Amino acid sequence: MARRKPKLAVWKFSSCDGCQLSLLDCEDELLAVAESVEIAYFLEATRVEIAGPYDLSLVEGSIGTPHDAQRIKEIRRKSKRLVTIGACATAGGIQALRNFRDVDGFIRAVYARPDYIDTLATSTAIQDHVTVDFELRGCPIDKGQLLEVLNAFLNGRRPVVPPHSQCLDCKLHGNVCIMVADGTPCLGPVTQAGCGALCPAHARGCYGCFGPKETPNTAALAKQLAALGCDARTIAESFRSFNANAKAFREEGDRWEAPAKQGLKP
Amino acid sequence: MKRTVQESGVSHQRRAVIERDAVQALIDALGAEGYAVIGPRRRDGAIVYDPLTDAADLPWGWIDEQEGGRYRLHRDDRGAAFGHVVGPQSWKKYLYPPRQTLWTGRREGGGFTVETPQGPPPRYAFLGVRGCELAAIAVQDRVFGVVRHDGRSVGQQQYTDSGYAARRAAAFIVAVNCGRAAGTCFCDSIGTGPQAGPGYDLCLTELIGDGRHEFLVEAGSDRGAVLLDRLPARHAEGADLEAAAAVTEAARAGMGRRMEPDVAGLLARNLEHPRWDEVAGRCLSCANCTMVCPTCFCTTVEDTTDLTGDHVERWRRWDSCFTVDFSYIHGGSIRQGGASRYRQWMTHKLSSWYEQFGTSGCTGCGRCITWCPVGIDITEEARAIRASEGGASDGAD
Ligand code: SF4
Ligand code: SF4
Ligand code: SF4
Ligand code: SF4
Repeated sequence: MARRKPKLAVWKFSSCDGCQLSLLDCEDELLAVAESVEIAYFLEATRVEIAGPYDLSLVEGSIGTPHDAQRIKEIRRKSKRLVTIGACATAGGIQALRNFRDVDGFIRAVYARPDYIDTLATSTAIQDHVTVDFELRGCPIDKGQLLEVLNAFLNGRRPVVPPHSQCLDCKLHGNVCIMVADGTPCLGPVTQAGCGALCPAHARGCYGCFGPKETPNTAALAKQLAALGCDARTIAESFRSFNANAKAFREEGDRWEAPAKQGLKP
Repeated sequence: MKRTVQESGVSHQRRAVIERDAVQALIDALGAEGYAVIGPRRRDGAIVYDPLTDAADLPWGWIDEQEGGRYRLHRDDRGAAFGHVVGPQSWKKYLYPPRQTLWTGRREGGGFTVETPQGPPPRYAFLGVRGCELAAIAVQDRVFGVVRHDGRSVGQQQYTDSGYAARRAAAFIVAVNCGRAAGTCFCDSIGTGPQAGPGYDLCLTELIGDGRHEFLVEAGSDRGAVLLDRLPARHAEGADLEAAAAVTEAARAGMGRRMEPDVAGLLARNLEHPRWDEVAGRCLSCANCTMVCPTCFCTTVEDTTDLTGDHVERWRRWDSCFTVDFSYIHGGSIRQGGASRYRQWMTHKLSSWYEQFGTSGCTGCGRCITWCPVGIDITEEARAIRASEGGASDGAD
């Protein structure tokens, strides 16, 4: 059954390139990927640029400049399917920390010629600007999940990327819960699974790289973190990382940030 | 249970006492029978169930302190092998693994072929199965259609889960009578422990004190009796049986929690109750309770394809009524909020399970309390609902 190879494009916005490199990191499967799709635009891999429209666009990075905001609209227009990859594209990324501060102040403090800098006051997710067909979470994304999304796309089915908690995967892997057995703070109960519970398997609390799970009860977890001895500042900061601008994490961070400044509990 | 003795012509002892060091002989005898011995081992700050070949692998002298959302191991100078109680894992991990391949398919020409996993089941010997765990295995025997029951779930009785049934039939069970209970244990009020049984091949009671460290070994099956015959042992005297009875009595006296009596009826008449919203405020919907519960059986089905679409696999993996996807039907999920999910979990374990399988779905192991990251306590939730009815917590009904 010869089918026309779907045209794949990989786009970059404000990001570190780590997520698109996950595609090149699929060593064993890379040849099969290259045989299954026509790589039409992927600057990390090839300088060849084939014009659109594209069957599938993978978009990495957040919208941080007026130019970004324009460009994503064009990409959306020439993409049949658009999948965002990574915390930058799905939540604004670590650079969304500026959303909580005075950007002009940063620019004046950091750059010798502030007038050269053309930036938006916020870093936001791609879905805040255009319609997105599927969001693949993670900082960085998991290459197994990326292959799953490509597989699902090529075979016309739904990707198996469940939105349940990190804890569920942690238990499937047979890990001992470090929060219960060691009192180590862990964001696993409010974080979407995806990495295979990597950190808890190495005695580190989950950092929340895959963003909020479905129906996260961040308030209840924050209360438990306080019971384990975390102060307001630590709790606020734990929600202010790669997915700081994802709604549930942003709101929980907000709740703890004001009291943190005064050294109080909310 | 009348069998053995004359049939085989060997005088099988049903009961004997072995020395501390004979645990190695037991492990070796099981290994010689072709069993992969699985037992308690200390790993990452907890006692887990892993393969073991050496008696020294057992957690001699380690006991667990357990409370809601808290678990810690401590040294204990009695030096018992089974001084701990149950940890985060259960035997479900082996009898009903978290991920199982249901079938694989391959495109061939215009058609396709389907294969199901073949081969003999693994032969496990479980060393250290507690009363609550033996009861949990018996519950899953009903769920997976290995044992008939008078519950309503006709489907499960008609269609045996062949994978579970094969692993279950191949397993050799060495039970242990608990000598202490954890703060989260409540088997006594459910009636599943601390004394183990029935359903074991062998049962150990660890006897420590007065300068001795021995085990009373009781056989509960023919193959158990045959194995016991091979161990270096002495006769069990009346004093040994008395000492063993004192061991389980100590566990009974130290039981950390208890379940309300007639909890099935209590919950059935309180499906609308403000407590469900109250607990939802604390519950993370993280699913830990269902993962650690030795009777929870729910799974989902996941399909994978390769890039060419020529090879497909269908997997079954543990799922939980705490996820949104679990109750997804056309148009959306039925259980959107935490209240309905917690209610599903608790009423299923303690109430509707009776209708479905003719037994409680809870065996009082306490895992869901200990391993809930925020320490939500199924016994406390039952008590709160009871208290709201104005009844004393002692529950006179
Ligand atoms: S270690 Fe973290 S992710 Fe794992 S079960 Fe515990 S709380 Fe959940
Ligand atoms: S409901 Fe809780 S106490 Fe009861 S069997 Fe399950 S994990 Fe154990
Ligand atoms: S309590 Fe939930 S996960 Fe456990 S068996 Fe019932 S529905 Fe399944
Ligand atoms: S009761 Fe505890 S373990 Fe169960 S889902 Fe809620 S928070 Fe998680």
